[in-house]
Amino acid sequence: MTVAARAPYDFKPRDLMENFHGKQIVYAAWDGHLLFAASFLICVPPETSFRELVEGPLAQLLSIDPDAAAIDWAAVQWLKGNQPFSPDFDQSLVANGIGHKEQIRFRTPGLNSITAAA
Amino acid sequence: MDMKAPEKKLGIKEKYRLLTRDLAWQPTYRSEKEIYPYLDYEGIKIHDWDKWEDPFRLTMDAYWKYQGEKERKFYAIIDAHAQNNGHLNITDGRYLSALKIFLQAISPGEYAAHKGFARVGREFAGAGTQVACQMQALDEMRHAQTQIHALSNYNKYYSGFHAFAETRDRIWYTSVARSFFDDSMASGPFEFLIAIGFSFEYVLTNLLFVPFMSGAAYNGDMATVTFGFSAQSDEARHMTLGLECIKFMLEQDPDNLPIVQKWIDKWFWRGFRVLGLVSTMMDYMLPKRVMSWREAWEIYGVENGGALFKDLAFYGIRPPKGWEDAGKAIDHMSHQFMLGFYQWRFGTAFHSWIPSDQDMDWLSQKYPTTFDKYYRPRWDYIKRAEAEGKPFKNFGLAKLCQCCQLPCVFTEPDDASVLCHRQTTHKGEIYHFCSDGCQEIFEDEPEKYVQAWLPMPQLFQDPVNGDLAAWMDWAHLTDGLDNGEYQGSSDQRNFDRWRGLATSNT
Repeated sequence: MTVAARAPYDFKPRDLMENFHGKQIVYAAWDGHLLFAASFLICVPPETSFRELVEGPLAQLLSIDPDAAAIDWAAVQWLKGNQPFSPDFDQSLVANGIGHKEQIRFRTPGLNSITAAA
Repeated sequence: MDMKAPEKKLGIKEKYRLLTRDLAWQPTYRSEKEIYPYLDYEGIKIHDWDKWEDPFRLTMDAYWKYQGEKERKFYAIIDAHAQNNGHLNITDGRYLSALKIFLQAISPGEYAAHKGFARVGREFAGAGTQVACQMQALDEMRHAQTQIHALSNYNKYYSGFHAFAETRDRIWYTSVARSFFDDSMASGPFEFLIAIGFSFEYVLTNLLFVPFMSGAAYNGDMATVTFGFSAQSDEARHMTLGLECIKFMLEQDPDNLPIVQKWIDKWFWRGFRVLGLVSTMMDYMLPKRVMSWREAWEIYGVENGGALFKDLAFYGIRPPKGWEDAGKAIDHMSHQFMLGFYQWRFGTAFHSWIPSDQDMDWLSQKYPTTFDKYYRPRWDYIKRAEAEGKPFKNFGLAKLCQCCQLPCVFTEPDDASVLCHRQTTHKGEIYHFCSDGCQEIFEDEPEKYVQAWLPMPQLFQDPVNGDLAAWMDWAHLTDGLDNGEYQGSSDQRNFDRWRGLATSNT
């Protein structure tokens, strides 16, 4: 469907990548770890390697969860845009197909000390 | 001598006719289409504007009289409240957080509704409609003013009240209400009436105002109770008009039904999301609670709303599409949202706190199927971490919904252990949503929502560019004063000290 309007109605999105001064947004969520109320918004250059994203800003944000130190990154299951995904840790976000505003999620089966009951 | 017979006094009906319908005239040198250019493009067909009935038959002279009287009473009480340190009669300083959210998110909405009704009062063709919208525009302006005046007393003593207009435009949780009203104001006149006149005033207003006003009464806040009462009689009129307008549209042409139904679906869901703010207030922020969010929903949502949609079935209207998902969210939404408020407390212009054991017992009693299973363990952990000197602060910003602008804190309708992730791609750009309801609204009019100004991504653009301190300055938020934990805040210290002075000799 399209908007009901009396004249051509076409405006620029407010969150285009060009507004972020060479950076992009990645949304990241740790499934089953709902101490974190929502996905994290992380703003990094697209050349950032997947490893740098995970070991840098993501690990830092996760550190307040009691399970964070026990994550075995080699065994983590990933999703990108809600589909299974196998990232190459040493490639950039671009090379991994993680575009602007992409959502990544990860699962750590067996590791869930707070919401295990859930 | 020729005596002039005294003129007969006008009856109410006659007076109403003279002061409304009689003011409309037939244009001669401009076409109707030129004068009312906004009537067709939404697809609504009106054949006879005179069929619009104003059930109150209120004329401007009577309106001034009633409202003037209410104003005098209102300001007398507000003056007394100020002179007698009424702010020290509230149950506890924590109650102020509910007031701050109201002032930052809801009062500016009253002003937006004023602008919207002033506009549609000009855009509609029928004189009866024009007059009704004009009076509602004045009411909404009066509500904004009385609320701001009532709460300005609190601004003399406590933080977070000082910049509500800027807060409304710049902080994340207030952008939820702002976006709701901006969306309605960017709609055509008929959709605006469904959005505000019907969904907001009729379906949802009880869930917003009744809990707030009884919350105020329970917590000793005379100022808020007074503006609530002063607005109450207007609300009754607005609700009747909202219902009248929807019946009018449906009776005018059968082609209007699918359009009206689509708007009801949309605006119910958008309103329901705004109510997320109210749910946290009811379940977490009132020191003395009135009822739980679930109980309020049972009465005002399920019972009243259910009866309304039963009546409207006569016209072919079915309950809003999101009704079932709303029902499933009731036992979760306040908990999910409060957890967000608490962990992002660096970025709120009000204080939050970890619920006490007593609070949590109340919550598990009110939410027997969900609180202990899902939410108590999280608060318990946060409490332990706090006791160990590691306060739980999430400095990550959140993913926001492109439609309702809330952080995507909600879980799948049928699985409370998984966050609801919804996304779509439009013209090469990815957009995220908190729910199916919000995604459907976007997909119906993507051109409208791609322009959404989302406070979180915006923080990484000009002029703030990711600098949190600069963002706080820009949002008129003083770190350590307006935001953060209630325990240890200046509000807590001042309230306790002044109340001590008022009630004891120390």
